[in-house]
Amino acid sequence: MKNLDSILAAYLAGWAIFFVYYISVAQRMNALHKQIEQLKSSLSRGK
Amino acid sequence: MIKTVFVAVILFTMIAFTAYLAFHYAPIEKTMGPIQKIFYLHLPSAFSSFIALGICFYANLRYVFSREAKWDWLAVSAAEVGLAFISVVLVTGPIWAHPVWGIWWTWDARLTLTFVLWLLYIAYLLLRSMLEEPDKRALFSALFGIFAFLDVPLVYFSIRWWRTQHPQPVILGGPGSGLDPRMRISYLLVWAAFTGLLILLLNGRYKLEAMRASVEELRREMEVR
Repeated sequence: MKNLDSILAAYLAGWAIFFVYYISVAQRMNALHKQIEQLKSSLSRGK
Repeated sequence: MIKTVFVAVILFTMIAFTAYLAFHYAPIEKTMGPIQKIFYLHLPSAFSSFIALGICFYANLRYVFSREAKWDWLAVSAAEVGLAFISVVLVTGPIWAHPVWGIWWTWDARLTLTFVLWLLYIAYLLLRSMLEEPDKRALFSALFGIFAFLDVPLVYFSIRWWRTQHPQPVILGGPGSGLDPRMRISYLLVWAAFTGLLILLLNGRYKLEAMRASVEELRREMEVR
């Protein structure tokens, strides 16, 4: 197939952007989840 | 969590099926040849970015009039997701252009306005990161977001209003435009799958923003004590 390298590059790059974005959202969610747990336990200790 | 995984599996199946349609069912375009297959990633990403930025615009307007935090969360979520879709457009466009036009990039109206759109929403997210106070951040970014959205119709109509290196529209393009029926069906199904992807990403990003607001609330509670 002519220009197969360009087609592959476009699809790989495009899906990489979606994948990296999805992972970044998941990582930020995990970090915030940990922060919420820490803050809640600090608040309950302070009661 | 199980619901999200289930939705993600259905979406992955849809995307795999539409990739099959794009590569095997849709015919090879006569002038450009197989490189035109990039169309099935480039165009749905562009339309999905318009939908995301439209949601952002609507949420910004709702925030300005209601001052309810949920609209601010939706606005920033849609802006970020829209930015991911525009990034795909800006990356796949030059890869498609190089073998067809002989150049990676040209500063014509469509390409330049799309690049400006990307910069505007980067600026929108930067503005948010610079403002500490939640109400001020939400209001200022809502006003900036309403202004930034003005570029979306300019991007859409640029190939209709001005002569551009970018091709004329094949979807809703008027007389003389259009797609082969098999290309049209493939495109519409790919777009449906991309709309599913948009909803999945937007849903995840909105939850993230709600969690961030909870963290800010808990921190304020800590400071008060």
